[in-house]
Order: sequence, then structure tokens, then C-alpha cells
Amino acid sequence: MSTGNNGTTLTDMARPDHYQWFRFTRLQRMVRSISYILVVALMYWALSTVNIFWPWVWSAPAQIGDMMFRMFPPSLVQLNPILYALVESINIAFLGTLIAIILALPVAYFGAQTVTPNAITLWFARLIIVGTRSVDTLVWALIFVAIFGPGSFAGIMAVAFHSIGFLSKLIAEAIEEIDWGPIEALEAVGASRAHVIAYGIVPQVVPSFCAISILRWDINIRESTVLGLVGAGGIGLIFQGAIDLFQWNTVSMVLIVIVGVVFSGELITSMVRRKLI
Amino acid sequence: MLKITNLEKSYTKGAPVLKGLNLTTDERRLTAIIGSSGAGKSTLLRCINRLVKADSGSIELDGTDILSLSGRALQDSRRQIGMIFQAYNLVDRLTVMENVLSGRLGYTGFFRGVFRKFPQEDVDRAYALLKRVGLSQYVNKRCDALSGGERQRVGCARALMQNPRILLADEPTASLDPKTSERIMELIAGITEELDLPVLINLHNVPQATTYADRILGLRHGVMIFDGNPDELTEDWLEQIYAGHEDDLKKQMKVGAAEYDDE
Repeated sequence: MSTGNNGTTLTDMARPDHYQWFRFTRLQRMVRSISYILVVALMYWALSTVNIFWPWVWSAPAQIGDMMFRMFPPSLVQLNPILYALVESINIAFLGTLIAIILALPVAYFGAQTVTPNAITLWFARLIIVGTRSVDTLVWALIFVAIFGPGSFAGIMAVAFHSIGFLSKLIAEAIEEIDWGPIEALEAVGASRAHVIAYGIVPQVVPSFCAISILRWDINIRESTVLGLVGAGGIGLIFQGAIDLFQWNTVSMVLIVIVGVVFSGELITSMVRRKLI
Repeated sequence: MLKITNLEKSYTKGAPVLKGLNLTTDERRLTAIIGSSGAGKSTLLRCINRLVKADSGSIELDGTDILSLSGRALQDSRRQIGMIFQAYNLVDRLTVMENVLSGRLGYTGFFRGVFRKFPQEDVDRAYALLKRVGLSQYVNKRCDALSGGERQRVGCARALMQNPRILLADEPTASLDPKTSERIMELIAGITEELDLPVLINLHNVPQATTYADRILGLRHGVMIFDGNPDELTEDWLEQIYAGHEDDLKKQMKVGAAEYDDE
């Protein structure tokens, strides 16, 4: 009868043979130890260069308590200008997103590897994508405030420019993922390039396009609330002013309103998303 | 009349898929192309409407060499060649009507196409074709709501919408269950007879080829080794066409047999 054993049985377990077993080889263990030391060294070096004034850090809990005390209760005195500035912020986000979408569509088409006409257009589109994306909205705002002067127009342009890269990169990826069969079929009926785009690419990309645009709109509502810090319009302007004048009760009111708008923005965009997709 | 001479095509250097292929069709009848996978059947069809660009040789449709065309002239030639695909290749998110009308895009201006303002005669033709393929009730349904057989019917209607000079079908029934596949073959055979249209059809299924085709071409390793009537296609010929791929052949014969058991 076969017991399925190869010469040993578990009765030998009483006096087992000895083996050496390590999860990692000697070299692996050495590399791992060195990396731990490196991470600690890097942390030490980083901390030593950033110049933290420790007494201020230790006094933070007291400061927070003090600030909370001064912020309470939120002041309703400035509610009207706050709400007015809030509407401005929301509109900056909306208009900025809209302009970004219009500018991003051609960039996305030329940035999609499968449909771009040639290497130069692809390269150029990618340059726009990387260039606009790597500069933060606030930095764009600084630039546009310098160009157009302070105000919401600079804010709109800042939101739009930073969003172009985000939108076109994701839309380009959506274009690259479409089913190629219908495109071939449309080419086979003798449709022009423009018709192939309108009938083959656009319908297939619409769901992703909507999701991406709504996501960016959502992000932009949040970003638009801080644009005022650099003078690019919206609620951030009042926020900055209140901090400068130590009107902490107004600061807390602005914060509450911002949280409120971000929260309702989240609600609305997720509702629109569900409707569209 | 379609005249293919000395057609050669290779995707990777040194491994030609088509090796100097010659083929002429002028009669208005259904020509089935059979052969094992990799014999070059799809490549041949796709060379004809230039979804694939052949390396050398010539493909003449009514005297125009399709291989030398580009741009607008190529589009004009493609309008005259209808194609039915194995995977239907419909735009799923568009309606049945939009997909059928897209067969007219080669004849339609940019704005008319984009805004779905097709000429009245195109709309009438689309309704007539949908009635013929039995989908009148689905005009405004989205294609992703249809079954495989229904989708292929839309594919047929789209190809016929072009009012083509010749129809190509690349394994139009291979994605369908046996019964539906039979219905689609009947439809294609019926349509081609009614419209007096020459058809080149790649088939995986030998019994279907012998049942519906008027002429059978056997393709092996990029060369046409058989050209004749269905009753001339003997066991001997089949073995030669499928030599080295006997399993392939057996499977296809069995699929065919199973279908006839069903009826």
C-alpha cells in the first residue's frame, strides 16, 4: 500500500534533521540594512537643512487653542461680501474648467499616440501637457496677475492653464484605449478623417470625457478658493485680508463657507457624474 | 470587375503572408475563400479595401488600381467596397440608424454627417435595408443593446448602405452561435442575389462554404491552390488546403455537422 512517502515519515519528527533557513540571502540582508541606515541618514540631513525653529513647534498646541478661542464665534458681519466672493470663486472654477476643456480637446487628439498625425504633433502635444501640468495653479496665478493685473480674469486663466495638461493627458489616454474595430469599419466605408473622429472616436470617448471633466471641475472649485491669496480673485482675497487684519472671527466664517462649498461641490459633481455616465 | 495580380504582403520581413496571389472576379456570385488560420484570408480581403497596404502587385476595381491611390481618391474607391466584419465593428454607443447611415459617410459632407442631416433618399434607403434585415423595430436602439446576430445584421445594412460595387465579408459568422450563423449566411446569400452583387467571403466553416458559395477558393500559405465549384472540392482537396492543420479542419467539419443536427 502506498502511503505517498519518499522514504521519510513524520514519526522521524521526534529527531528531525537540522537545516539552516534564511528568508533572505546574505547579500540581500546587507542591502536591506544599508538601506535602513540610508533612510535614517537622509531624514537627519533633511531635518538639519530645513531650519526648524523648535520652540515655535513646541508652543503650537497653545497657539492652536488661542486661535480657536479667537475664531469663535464665526462673525456674520462680513457674510455678504464673503458670499459674493464665494460665487466669484465658483465662477472662476467653472469658466476656467470650460476654457481648459476647449483648449485640451485638440491637445488630447494630437497627444494620443494611436491617432496623432506624426511624431512632431505628438511631441508638441506632450510638451504642452507636461508644461501646463508641472506649473501649479498658484504659480500660474502669479504669472497671470503680473500679466493681466489682479482680479478674477487672472484666476480664470490660471485655473484653465493648469487644467489643460491634466485634461488632455487623461482624454488622450481614453482615446488610446478605444476599440479600433469601428474606426476600421468607418475607414472602410470611405469616411473622411473628420467623420471618423465624429463617428468613431467621439462616441467612444464621451463617457471618460465627462468623468474627467467633472473630476477637474471638482478639483478646480477647491483650487479657486485659494487663488485670492495671490490676488487672482475670489474668496481667498477676503481670507487673506482677514488674516492680515487679525479678524479671526471672519477667518473662521470664510473657512466654514469654503468647507461648505467644497462639500456641496462634491455632492453636485457626484450627482452629475451618476446622471451622465 | 475585381482583378488582383501578383499580390504580395508581409508583416515581418522574410515571412510573406501573401505570395504573388492572383484572383479575378467579375461574375455576380458568392465566392468563398477557405483555408486554415494564418493562410492569409483576412490579409487578402483587407488588402482589397486598403485596411492593409500590400507590398506589391496590383488590385484593380473596374480598371482603377487601388494600390496606387491615396487621400480623396482612396476614399472614393473605398465607398464602392462594402465590408462585413467578424466582430461587427459597429459603434456601440450610437444607434442602429446612426450605424447604418454611417455607411453613407463617404458621400456626405462634413456638417451633414456630424449633425446627422442625411439626404432623404439615404434615410429611406436605410429604413428599407433595416426592414430587409429584419431590424425595423430597433431603428433608435443603441447597438450595445443588440444580440450578436442582430449586430451583424446592422453590419450588413451598413455595408449595403454604401451601395457597393463589391462586398467583402471577413468571417462574418465566426463570432455567432451555429443557428444564428446560418441565418446570417442565408441573409448574405439572399441579399447578394437580390442586389446582383459580387461577394468575397472568408469562411472558417467548410460546410457553410459548400452550401452557400457558387465558387470556392482554397488559400494555403498565401497561395491560391484551389479554385472551383463547391462540388469539385473533394476530400483530397480539403486535405491539401488544410495540410498540417487537420485538427482545424476536423473542428470546422464538426461544427458544420452539429448545425445540421440542430435543424
